[in-house]
Amino acid sequence: MALNKQQAERYVRHFTLKEIGVNGQKKLLSSKVLVIGAGGLGSPAILYLAAAGVGTIGIVDHDTVDSSNLQRQIMHGTEDVGSKKTESAAKAVRAIDPDIQVNLYDLFLTPDNIMDIISDYDFILDCTDRFETKFLINDACVIAEKPYSHAGVVRFEGQAMTYVPGKGPCLRCLMGDVPHDAATCKELGVLGAAVGVLGSIQALEAVKYLTGAGDLLCGKILTFDGLSMNMRVHSMPCADPGCAVCGKDASIRSLNKNNSDYRTDGCSIGGDDVS
Amino acid sequence: MVIINGNAADAAGKTVSQYLSQTNYAKNRVAVEINGEIVPKSQYESTILNDGDSVEIVGFVGGG
Repeated sequence: MALNKQQAERYVRHFTLKEIGVNGQKKLLSSKVLVIGAGGLGSPAILYLAAAGVGTIGIVDHDTVDSSNLQRQIMHGTEDVGSKKTESAAKAVRAIDPDIQVNLYDLFLTPDNIMDIISDYDFILDCTDRFETKFLINDACVIAEKPYSHAGVVRFEGQAMTYVPGKGPCLRCLMGDVPHDAATCKELGVLGAAVGVLGSIQALEAVKYLTGAGDLLCGKILTFDGLSMNMRVHSMPCADPGCAVCGKDASIRSLNKNNSDYRTDGCSIGGDDVS
Repeated sequence: MVIINGNAADAAGKTVSQYLSQTNYAKNRVAVEINGEIVPKSQYESTILNDGDSVEIVGFVGGG
């Protein structure tokens, strides 16, 4: 695939990067990335993926834009209040680059539908706002052998890691069980610029994975505290052999819709009530 | 003494599990890094904190 004149102009700053260059740009243009959650993390992630020229972007969310989203979900604007987040996100992507293929999934992610949805994508971003969905994505990606980027944020702080099949730990290796009683952004508050740091890191990990640039947050977890400005990378080079989903004697071999780990009491992904 | 999140703590001889439960950390909300490497969850019962260990307890948050 050759780049056309418009693409050659648009991506000229990438060509100067030896880690990306023209070949890396071609890889981005032919890549498919799925972003689950079009809220605080998803906003910068989707905008940066679109700007970078990721050819196909899938967006999963079942929520509508609320005015309380706007202090951090920078992909949505005042005129989008009341619109579907997927539609608002597609509009933002088209404004950056109308040539990008956008696939919208206006639905709740469940153990029944997630495997089908992720199967079509090269890399997945978990931009959701609760642990139950984060574990559903983790388990699905481990079982389907899909690489993905995890992030979580509340207040001024958060963490990010990247899972690559066979190359390091998954979220369950690090956390074990789902913390069902974890406090949410609604309860604790969240600053837009802080969630923006983590969402940008997720887009960066996707671009690096797709182009082969640099080192991923694989076998590592990055923690960020915007109040102290401490950013640290902690090392966990190997998966936990006792992990329930990626360990050698894993008890989770397929997604069970009755697994209470994934139960969110009907709350939406990227929902306004928490994100 | 064990250095935990920058502070000296009288935790030598305890397992990671024992230390977390005594200090009211929820095991599934944190990762425990000892001397620069995170301890796998399945080894919390068998990993003992030693004199001079440097420990970081890293919290996870779930928003987004």
